[in-house]
Amino acid sequence: MRKLAVAVVVLTGGLLLYAATDFAAWGDPESPASDSDVSKHFIAETGVDTEVPNMVTAVLADYRGFDTMFETVVIFIAGIAILAILKLTGKDATKTPGKRKDEVDDAPDLIVTHTVRLLVPIIQLFAFYVLAHGHVSPGGGFQGGVIMGASFILVALAWDLPRAMDRLSVDRAILLAGVGILIYAGIGLLAMFLGGEFLDYAELSTIFPVSREMARYHAMLGVEIGVAFTVTTVMFAIYASLSSKGRLEGGL
Amino acid sequence: MSGLELFNVFILVFLVVAAVIALRVKDLLIASVVFGIYSFLMCLLWAEMGAVDVAFTEAAVGAGVSAVFLIATVFNVKRDSSD
Repeated sequence: MRKLAVAVVVLTGGLLLYAATDFAAWGDPESPASDSDVSKHFIAETGVDTEVPNMVTAVLADYRGFDTMFETVVIFIAGIAILAILKLTGKDATKTPGKRKDEVDDAPDLIVTHTVRLLVPIIQLFAFYVLAHGHVSPGGGFQGGVIMGASFILVALAWDLPRAMDRLSVDRAILLAGVGILIYAGIGLLAMFLGGEFLDYAELSTIFPVSREMARYHAMLGVEIGVAFTVTTVMFAIYASLSSKGRLEGGL
Repeated sequence: MSGLELFNVFILVFLVVAAVIALRVKDLLIASVVFGIYSFLMCLLWAEMGAVDVAFTEAAVGAGVSAVFLIATVFNVKRDSSD
């Protein structure tokens, strides 16, 4: 049976490698992906339509905004699912919160806590930079949100979970995750009420004193902030749940 | 072979090595850390190919947060893999 499995894996791998030779060369301008009308349209028109220099963000947050909105919803659902499953299956752990054999009683390490104290503000500032510059340079709501969430995780790692939960409790985290999606969908709905289609940001120029292009530019930042809310809080909620078997107390 | 190609081959070889180690090793903690290395090598590859946005996401999500999630989970389950 084992030999058969190896044979199947090797055969499939060989087949995939053989198929990969059919791909266009890297950076080939004649490749079907580069040569399609859609690519040409985005490359030529993104800067004109939205004034956003980073084409990737423009495609993600504007042209394919609907897709990105539900990606955010997927992250939200994943966070809720992990919390719910661990809360249900972690019940046994509540009865006997016994110590693991590798658990130590010592107070948090002085060097670690002081380094984290210095690092966390810089990490959070960088997260805001990544978020705010998402449409100018690489970055955006997902990356900024993950970096922001990581700063809370770092606090939980250096001290313990309660100290991080003083700053962002899991209940509040889930609430803010919902708020993030509401921000995203709210901007889309606002555009709809102003006469456009759902997530047609250009319509926002009727209530804000900006051109249609700049309305799309700024609305992209708005939805990225929504994404960052959800990602930050869900990342922390997942860590808090995973590291404590759903008990949401104690250190790792 | 130019320097850039040599760099690519270097990363790809280490990528395969990291993937095999992550699958073969018995200690799940080591597997998680090696998986983080795998993600970081992928991030280097994306950056080298000019997909900086993807590289950024891979560095933050793949090498950063998911490695922490895996390690947090390993601390709460049996550390040795049975297969």
